[in-house]
Amino acid sequence: MFRDIPKCLINIDMEIKILGTGCPKCRSLEKLTREVVEKYRIQATVEKIEDITEIMKYHIMATPALVVNGKVEIKGLIPSEAEILQVLSKY
Amino acid sequence: MRLLDIANKKIVLSLVLLPVWFLVYHYLQPATDWLIDDILGMTAGSHLTETLRFFVFEVPKVLMLLILIIFLVGIVRSYFSPEKTRKALEGKSLFTGNVLASMLGIVTPFCSCSAIPLFLGFVEAGIPIGVTFSFLIASPMINEVAIVLLFGLFGWKTAAIYIVSGLVIAIIAGWIIGKLNLRHWVQDWVYQSQFGNSDSENEKLKFSDRIGYGYNAVKEIVGKIWIYVVIGIAVGAGAHGYIPEDYMAALMGKSAWYSIPLSVIIGVPLYSNAAGIIPIVSVLIEKGAALGTALAFMMAVIGLSLPEMIILKKVLKIPFILTFAGIMAVGIVLVGFIFNYLVFL
Repeated sequence: MFRDIPKCLINIDMEIKILGTGCPKCRSLEKLTREVVEKYRIQATVEKIEDITEIMKYHIMATPALVVNGKVEIKGLIPSEAEILQVLSKY
Repeated sequence: MRLLDIANKKIVLSLVLLPVWFLVYHYLQPATDWLIDDILGMTAGSHLTETLRFFVFEVPKVLMLLILIIFLVGIVRSYFSPEKTRKALEGKSLFTGNVLASMLGIVTPFCSCSAIPLFLGFVEAGIPIGVTFSFLIASPMINEVAIVLLFGLFGWKTAAIYIVSGLVIAIIAGWIIGKLNLRHWVQDWVYQSQFGNSDSENEKLKFSDRIGYGYNAVKEIVGKIWIYVVIGIAVGAGAHGYIPEDYMAALMGKSAWYSIPLSVIIGVPLYSNAAGIIPIVSVLIEKGAALGTALAFMMAVIGLSLPEMIILKKVLKIPFILTFAGIMAVGIVLVGFIFNYLVFL
């Protein structure tokens, strides 16, 4: 269903950050996000943030978290591929 | 007419699956006996037969219980979040805070890998460290997997005993840590940093979303632990069929008082999840180990884990971690003694 999204709706210069201190869940979120970005050719940078003081700046109390352009979109759980795509397609 | 949308489909699916679940669960025992005795035609009472019967019955039973309970817990947890818990704990007096934090520890969605952000978030909100610790102790120790396995393999009484003991340990250990005033053993940067308060409130979820949380929890948790359950029950089944009754009585029975501290010492560095350890412990008890001893071993393995302490080292100095481990170990040993010598079931 998401394949039909016109490319122009998926914005360029998206800055995605994965927050997590290096637990297995955080790694799977990072992997999944990169896969989604690649699969749907989303123009975005994906960065993993492991430094705890840096993570705390986003006021989260549960990792992993997915941050897009500075806004915490998902926290404390591993979303499905469709959910990630849904979040990213808002930008 | 439009087709049902995805949301309603989830609700309808659950309503269909629930009676199916109960039907299968109800006929599990006769179906197992029918398979073992009639189809395979094995001699009842022989080692191999009873081992196989145990395995064929317990694996689907425990997995079915896990799926149902984790699904329900997933729905319940969607009503809670670390942010809401923090709000509830703000400004609570020490003892009330410990009690509340321990209970919220059971229902708040939390994984031990989030221990640091949660700890910092609580400190930021001015929640006392002792109260935070009650949460951090209760949360991993009293988890839904442990409760399901204890209920499935021992019955509701043991599950209830485990929950109550876990709560009492979390409340009292947290309270003691609060009283000891260990703030100077918290890493210095924790109090120096200011992160600002989180304002993120959960958006309103529809009930169908919450059911989705339930399905996700099942997928995530059962998907990860089913193999431990199967292996644990396989080991348990082997012991069930082949190890003589009372084999463990001398080693872990009531008369061997020293087995309780010994179990805790062995249990702390052992890192396993509830799914793997409880089926094995159930056989220890069947073969004569005392309930208190088994309970202490289980709590030490599940509730006190080396990896978690290493995670906590980022925010706590070593003496704090040792004090914490010491208080926990003593508490667990006491629970073991209480159940072996004072409580008769």
